[in-house]
Amino acid sequence: MLSGLLPPELWRLIVIVLQILVIVVPLLVAVAYLTYAERKVIGAIQLRKGPNVVGPLGLLQPLADGAKLFLKETIFPSGSNKVVFIMAPMLTFTLALIAWAVIPFDEGWVLADINVGMLYLFAISSLGVYGIIMSGWASNSKYAFLGGLRSAAQMVSYEVSMGLVIISVLITVGSLNLTDIVMKQKETVWFVIPHLPMFVIFIVSILAETNRAPFDLAESESELVAGYNVEYSAMTFAMFFLGEYANMILMSGMAVVLFLGGWLPIIDIAPFNWIPGVIWFALKVCAVLFVFLWVRATFPRYRYDQLMRLGWKIFLPFSLIWVVLTSGVLLAFGWLPGQG
Amino acid sequence: MIAALIFYMFAGLAVVSAGLVVTARNPVHSVLFLILCFFNAAGLFLLLGAEFLAMVLVVVYVGAVAVMFLFVVMMLDINFLKLREGVAQYLPTGAVIGIVLLVELAVSFGGWSFAPDVEAMLASPAPNGGEVTNTAALGQLIYTKYVYLFQASGVVLLIAMIGAILLTHRSRSGVRKQKIYDQVGVTAKDRVEIRKVSTGGGI
Repeated sequence: MLSGLLPPELWRLIVIVLQILVIVVPLLVAVAYLTYAERKVIGAIQLRKGPNVVGPLGLLQPLADGAKLFLKETIFPSGSNKVVFIMAPMLTFTLALIAWAVIPFDEGWVLADINVGMLYLFAISSLGVYGIIMSGWASNSKYAFLGGLRSAAQMVSYEVSMGLVIISVLITVGSLNLTDIVMKQKETVWFVIPHLPMFVIFIVSILAETNRAPFDLAESESELVAGYNVEYSAMTFAMFFLGEYANMILMSGMAVVLFLGGWLPIIDIAPFNWIPGVIWFALKVCAVLFVFLWVRATFPRYRYDQLMRLGWKIFLPFSLIWVVLTSGVLLAFGWLPGQG
Repeated sequence: MIAALIFYMFAGLAVVSAGLVVTARNPVHSVLFLILCFFNAAGLFLLLGAEFLAMVLVVVYVGAVAVMFLFVVMMLDINFLKLREGVAQYLPTGAVIGIVLLVELAVSFGGWSFAPDVEAMLASPAPNGGEVTNTAALGQLIYTKYVYLFQASGVVLLIAMIGAILLTHRSRSGVRKQKIYDQVGVTAKDRVEIRKVSTGGGI
């Protein structure tokens, strides 16, 4: 009835804006509580309590942190390039949000069901490096610059093997559409079973891609203070922080769609398939995110040459061989999509 | 109507940012404008319905090539103001090259003739009236009809890569590199030795 009052194009625009809000608002809440979960999980692993003062069980801690960052003063370092300096965190944050447009939360629950969804995700994640390298340069600070350069080299290196991992899944599916990838896993099995080595490589690569421990050389606090965001304060810092955590959730979502069957239940029988798909999706994302936190609390930081060696000399040849192997097996058994 | 507006927005921004690439004082700004230009080109591809090309443009040019440009420009310590002093000197040569290019383009555009079935192709960028997605169509063409050319371009890129590595690689002496296999193969026996030490004797 309301749709009759407005011109159809305007109505469509309003609907899309509402859909975007439906994705972005829970995402930001998830980001806030991911920071809380991180502190709690690492606290538990190190036999501490974690945040427990603000609110019951410390549940209001993220809000207090947010309020604090909001009220602080934004400082521009002297000699910094102001436009680029302020653009960098905005870019990081925006890129972390726009990638969610193609993630399917359930069958048909996707903002833009485009045919090149996987390529879009890959393109957006490869742009993430700009926020970091721009902030490093614009800060006019040695520490920030070194952090930015390190991070850029690291992200470019790990993107290569990540691309090959994605390719071996895409060959199996025969489509770049994310919904198709999940539907194929419904017909066959979750790709974590046939592509287990690729799943491991993917998880390690997304740790490197999001600059998380043990690959957090971009911000290694013991040598670079805080790396690329050392000069940032208040909301500009908060945007980097939010962007980083939103990226973690996004990469976990990507791993879930590619390998863990997206919104599909573990087994397709009575008590499990009563639970809505979006809950399954969220649970799986949480499981992958737990691995992020677990790894951070467990492993020491990699040395830079070891990081590069792992990316270029181990992951790249291995995933390249796996692509050849996958296509060979698919061709030999006649499983290639569109074949026969 | 809206499509035309969006086209002019992308096209206009592409031209403006391309101009700014050349005129920006700060070389890092130049690279950032170059990235903006790539983005607008990707947008134009999207409007044409070539979504694969648009995404690949972003992945390859923005995600990899421009990162390297940015890297190099940030690392180089060149006094760009000094570099700019010679602009007046080089301007005539540059202008001549530009004009020659423009004339060549005009000549080839003058002799332009459209293929007879172009109308149908323009109507749907993907074959069979959009039945096949444009990524699949591109793949089917590259890997069947043009497979030799495709492989040849791959070989050209490989040779370029090997050449670049060969030209820049130098073997330095006195570098202490970690030998991973040796290190993994180490056992406690290689590192720890238990000695009986007599009192006051030492080793």
